[in-house]
Amino acid sequence: MPPELIAEAVANGLLAGAAYALVALGLTLVYGVLHIVNFAHGALLSVAMFAAWGLHAAFGLDPYTAILPLVVAFFGFGYALQRWVIGPASHGDDGNTLLVTLGLSIMIENALLALFRSDTRTLGGDAGFDVVEIGPMLLSRPRLIGFGVALVTAALLWALLALTDTGRAIRAVAKEKFGAQLCGIDPRHVYAVTFGLGCACLAVAACLLLPTFYVNPRVGNAFVLVAFTIVVLGGMGSIPGALVGGLFVGVVESLGGLLLGESLGQLGIFLIFILVLLLRPTGLFGARA
Amino acid sequence: MSLMRAESLSRRFGGLLAVDGASLEVPEGGLIGLIGPNGAGKTTLFALLSGFLTPSAGRVDFAGADVTAEPPHRRAVRGMARTFQIVQPFAGLTVRENIAVGAYLRHPARRDAIRSAEAVAEEVGLGPMLDAQAAALTVAGRKRLELARALATEPRLLLLDEVLAGLNPSEVRDIIPVIRTIRERGVAILMIEHVMQAVMNLCDHVHVLAGGRMIASGPPQVVTADPRVIEAYLGHGAAARIAAGSAHA
Amino acid sequence: MNPREVIPGLALLAVIALLPLVASNVVLNFLLSSLIVALAAQGWNLLGGYAGQLSFGHAAFFGTGAYATAVLQIRYGVNAWAGLAAGIALGAAVGWVIGALSFRARLRGSYFALVTLAFAEVLRILANAADFTGGASGLLIRLSPGVENLQFASRAAFLWLLAGAVAAVLLLTGWIAHHRFGAQLVAVRENEDAARALGVDVLRTKLRAIALSGGVTAAAGCLYAQNFLYLDANIAYGTWISIEVLIACVLGGTGTVLGPVVGALALHGVGELAKLALGRVAGPVPGVDLVVFGALLILAVAFLPRGVMDGVQRLVRGLAR
Repeated sequence: MPPELIAEAVANGLLAGAAYALVALGLTLVYGVLHIVNFAHGALLSVAMFAAWGLHAAFGLDPYTAILPLVVAFFGFGYALQRWVIGPASHGDDGNTLLVTLGLSIMIENALLALFRSDTRTLGGDAGFDVVEIGPMLLSRPRLIGFGVALVTAALLWALLALTDTGRAIRAVAKEKFGAQLCGIDPRHVYAVTFGLGCACLAVAACLLLPTFYVNPRVGNAFVLVAFTIVVLGGMGSIPGALVGGLFVGVVESLGGLLLGESLGQLGIFLIFILVLLLRPTGLFGARA
Repeated sequence: MSLMRAESLSRRFGGLLAVDGASLEVPEGGLIGLIGPNGAGKTTLFALLSGFLTPSAGRVDFAGADVTAEPPHRRAVRGMARTFQIVQPFAGLTVRENIAVGAYLRHPARRDAIRSAEAVAEEVGLGPMLDAQAAALTVAGRKRLELARALATEPRLLLLDEVLAGLNPSEVRDIIPVIRTIRERGVAILMIEHVMQAVMNLCDHVHVLAGGRMIASGPPQVVTADPRVIEAYLGHGAAARIAAGSAHA
Repeated sequence: MNPREVIPGLALLAVIALLPLVASNVVLNFLLSSLIVALAAQGWNLLGGYAGQLSFGHAAFFGTGAYATAVLQIRYGVNAWAGLAAGIALGAAVGWVIGALSFRARLRGSYFALVTLAFAEVLRILANAADFTGGASGLLIRLSPGVENLQFASRAAFLWLLAGAVAAVLLLTGWIAHHRFGAQLVAVRENEDAARALGVDVLRTKLRAIALSGGVTAAAGCLYAQNFLYLDANIAYGTWISIEVLIACVLGGTGTVLGPVVGALALHGVGELAKLALGRVAGPVPGVDLVVFGALLILAVAFLPRGVMDGVQRLVRGLAR
């Protein structure tokens, strides 16, 4: 196999991995603070992609322009969802949270199906096929932009957690919920803010994916299992882990597709996921009884 | 004749040596105390003895067999039972069903297990509560349930991890005779305890753990007068000050 | 066995078995699919309800049962009843393997849920690609009615068979719930460390639970295949069955003898009503029953922590007061 081809596959994998990383970022943030696996993450990504697509279809809004309003809207949506639905319905039990987010994902996915049917939609036009020549490689322009925005988003998120009071409150609740409560922090508010931030990450990811990807009611599922894999691989709750893990999985998938063919790619993701879960050092899981 | 013997047990967590070469022995039918200041490694030592942790070094013999690498449920079959400092009732079950889980170890048939569970409940004073939900018990009730479940496995050795902690003085007074009765039936007991009154009252031999090491051992009266023990509890120089104080008096 | 837990269930099944005398085909079809889900849910309940290990991938067992029956008959000319037995055994074996891998790796809670989902998806993709499972076009079992072929000319006969199977598992569950194995399952669910200290071999208990659970759910898959005589990967290994059995159990009350049966009937009843109601207004809308299922799951977790029967009982008691 010629080295240029491999280099291009690696570069494409990195670009695709940036979107994975963003999806994983939201998941890992919620996990790190609330200690729950948000099963509705994929369905929420589908909603975000439909929203971005809808803004384009209805108002001709460019997906990159849509990032700002969608981030705000999704933060609010996520906040409300955690504060008034997931939180109260789960009674503070992890198993319940899993079931409630599963229920949400079933509802959302099938509501989208009822509204939009299972047709697959794209932005149309040919902006998605723009390429940029870098050395011997031809790279997709929207993916390149996506890569940049994803890195900026991760940096912003990190800065928010590290440098602001909100970030400090989030980290305090993540580490020691009861202690934070004693300091006058309302964990329900912090949980909701965190969940909102997770959803905001999805909004960014949706806008970046839209130019080169399709939209249908189940599109989020394709990403969410990959995102779970990344989160487990990169360390539950770790932001750099999500970023690096996302890029790594993107490259693995791209090289896998090149070497093994696409049809097995889907199987590969599930197998890698299973292996990552099974072979992970047991201490990490045993710690949370 | 020793029922359990632990030799030079050590357990390391990363850079921390939580238990450092601790040895102890429980004779058949004996009632042995394990005391020591907070953070001394008592609960870790208990976990090593009962199989919830494996030691980094050392060995544990129980009833003539090397059980160092055996998981807890195998040790339970051999006749070793333990309670937990933080009580762990099966919340969805009644008191009777909770105790029956222990009783099923020796009585596979339901009828026998339930009968045995009810007898144990009487013995620890839970007779009137058999149909109550375990989650509805008071702290004292949960401590008794913890004791009853362990006892229902019909152990030869009972490891009690602070069964008296969190009880008020009258509850402590009520439960001491229960422990004494268990011992009189021939069950050996090793108890971690902070309530010194109970230790002095019950135990025929006491081990003192501080900083992961056994610093003293002997009859309770002797051990509590040992300057090393007083210093471990009250800080360096305390023994001398107390000695000076009593000389004045 | 506690008769108060088992007798209402048997009475309910007896009523269902009598319904063919009066009910229409629509009702019979509804009962058939509800009872298949009920049987599969009874399997889920043994693992998820009693042993407390939430599975999101029971399709792995359902599909294995369905494919085993179909492939053995079509490819190897095996008798359908033998196929049923083989399907149950294979379902149990798949359960044991998945359990051995994930429980040994100490996966629990969300991780166990996710890994079971992934196993089911792997099987779905494989069944969709492999030749001997008929690939994407699926498998057709040859129509030849006769008791020896586990096919019946009348729906009523199949309904009786299903009701019998559900009743059998009901009795089995009722027996387990009040004997040693049941006590050990609940102990493992409530507190693994405490169970261990009392001499319960936690790994072995979980493995028995998942094998039994897989076998029961596989039986439902076998009977599904025999009833519809057609299956493909998205039916047999589809997420729909994983989701329906889980919701049926949560709705009916996890870890109760009767929960899965009541839950499956209630779930399908509400789903059909939703389709009818919305169908009147807007014509057929895909997925509307699943929207309702998702909502029911959330509502059940939020307001009926011990299932719909307990909720009704509490309501009645409240009103009587």
